[in-house]
Amino acid sequence: MSDNYRRFLRTAQLPHVWCPGCGDGMIVKALLEAIGELNLDQNKIAVVSGIGCSGRTPFILDFNTMHTTHGRALAFATGIKLANPELRVFAIMGDGDASAIGGNHFIHACRRNLDITALVFNNGIYGLTGGQLAPTTPVGKRSTTSTMGSIEQPFDLVRLALGAGAGFVARTTSFDHKRLTSSIKRAILHKGFSFVDILTSCPTYFGRMNDVAEPYDMVHYLRDTSSPLHDCTCGETDQPKAEVMPTGIFREEERADYEALYKQKIAAACGKRSVS
Amino acid sequence: MLKQCEGSQAVAEAIGLCRPQVICAYPITPQTHIVEGLGSLVKSGTLANCEYINVESEFAAMSVAIGASAAGARAYTATASQGILYMAEAVYNAGGLGLPIVMTVGNRSIGAPINIWNDHTDSMALRDAGWIQLFAEDNQEAVDLHIQAFKLAEALSVPVMVCMDGFILTHAYERVDIPTQEQVDQFLPPYEPRQVVDPDDPVTIGAMVGPEAFMEVRYLAHAKQLQALELIPELAAEFKQKFGRDSGGLIRTYRADDAETIVVGLGSVNGTIKDVVDDMRNDGVKIGGVSICSFRPFPTAELNKALGKAKRIITIEKSLSVGIGGNVSHNLRMALPDRNTTVYTVIAGLGGRPITRASLKKVFKSALDGALEPVSFLDLNLPVVERQLERERLARRTGPAAEAILRDMNAAPATAR
Repeated sequence: MSDNYRRFLRTAQLPHVWCPGCGDGMIVKALLEAIGELNLDQNKIAVVSGIGCSGRTPFILDFNTMHTTHGRALAFATGIKLANPELRVFAIMGDGDASAIGGNHFIHACRRNLDITALVFNNGIYGLTGGQLAPTTPVGKRSTTSTMGSIEQPFDLVRLALGAGAGFVARTTSFDHKRLTSSIKRAILHKGFSFVDILTSCPTYFGRMNDVAEPYDMVHYLRDTSSPLHDCTCGETDQPKAEVMPTGIFREEERADYEALYKQKIAAACGKRSVS
Repeated sequence: MLKQCEGSQAVAEAIGLCRPQVICAYPITPQTHIVEGLGSLVKSGTLANCEYINVESEFAAMSVAIGASAAGARAYTATASQGILYMAEAVYNAGGLGLPIVMTVGNRSIGAPINIWNDHTDSMALRDAGWIQLFAEDNQEAVDLHIQAFKLAEALSVPVMVCMDGFILTHAYERVDIPTQEQVDQFLPPYEPRQVVDPDDPVTIGAMVGPEAFMEVRYLAHAKQLQALELIPELAAEFKQKFGRDSGGLIRTYRADDAETIVVGLGSVNGTIKDVVDDMRNDGVKIGGVSICSFRPFPTAELNKALGKAKRIITIEKSLSVGIGGNVSHNLRMALPDRNTTVYTVIAGLGGRPITRASLKKVFKSALDGALEPVSFLDLNLPVVERQLERERLARRTGPAAEAILRDMNAAPATAR
């Protein structure tokens, strides 16, 4: 399956902008492999991104793509999905993108339940602008704007999505390629809003600021700060240990998605009209 | 103290010397180094008695600054480009409330198409928000304007935006004289708020105002700006007396006294304009320059005095008022009751396109020959646009214009952040 992703790349746009050791490229590869393995129609895929390192993803993808403004990927994706429900819509966001400047769109997308797959490339820092504190930076970790270590409680995006009512919620890491690919596949297959929180490495900023500057060490850091609980179903109420992020599928419950409910309403309204 | 440093670092140090009590930080290029520099100053203890908060967006940055200012603190933030648009609602709010916040704008273009490089579109979009807007010509002036900005803002209870060209100034290493804490303390007294949320003397900040008084409150903002027309030169004179150099003021003229042709610009482009003026003066052309430091309030009377005798005026504008042309020239005509003066609008440097001496000289010569269009675009590759228009004439679904134009020019999309 290893070459199944290349046909989705706009190779003329390569090389990509990501630093050596960045996990973003691995996530994109997993996404493309998932799309390839599921034999999705390339022309019926729309990929929307916001601003940040993750925001550069659509540049190299041979799908219908849209690079939007900071934090708004899900809002633009909502418009695309409403206008053309046939499209498989992916919203690719960074952690700052999705949970700081775009946090409002994120929670509303979770509860609204349009059939969109949201992937957050979560490196715990603002990478593109040079390493500032993000709402996902763990307590005590340094950034260029928290040089003595963060004192803010970070977002646990999984719990946020669960609380906001998302039907499919998973977390994985960029280094665990098989679980990453399978999580994305299950997210795609889920009918309704699906969200995968992907912990990824930023050796350039997060690493250098926090004594894990070597890409190899950064992968170890991800391994050591996450705990695979594949197919864990009890995560909703469990308090994760402060230093370890549980990974796995936290919720996979289908409920009628927005499109289905919308069509029901139209059918009901038309039914009433024809009766009267 | 003289030092060679990055513009953003110099500004961070200047802000630090002004003893802000609340700093709201959100990253956006090309402003980010300023708030990073301030973060370091807070960490090292150089900037004491200051709360530094990383907020979740620019909208939050300005909203937190409003709250801090309303609670009686000297509040500061910095932004650029999409950031200032995102905080636009709160920018107007700060202006309408008359809260003396100081904000740096590291001037950058506005998308789409997304572009991180310098022009003035961002500040121009918020020019009517009730903020004073000062444009720095170089990094020394950026330092000095920030020190003056706090005093100006607090004297009038009006927020002040200090605009400095992104990258050209924010990222340039220049020799800058950073004043001492003692000098700044002598110039800038502690903040004494005109309105403050105080449990001992409760007030409502942000009361609902209907048609009976809305005009009056808005006019007050205008009246404050008219007061600023008096105060800005006074502060510049006081600054010169205390710090020993000319910085700020409403406008600055360069070899303009006997000039028949005067070039008007905002910000760092004035450096290039002056070089071209010198060059053309050597050729015997009576040409001069006027740099507008205060764009809001707009110094109509001073400009009339400086430009009134010129035969032709050329404005070099780093923003495009789409559908008409220039913002600066549009304003400038208010200063020129004599409608026979020819005003040329030259839109230049959008999205970071270099404004070269050669191109400026060509355009100035063309104005002297009477061959320049009233509104023109410096170094615009018109055939590329014409080909796109032709493609749009021939087919309906021509796709995204930016991509088509890049493809036409055989250029790869920009990859720098």
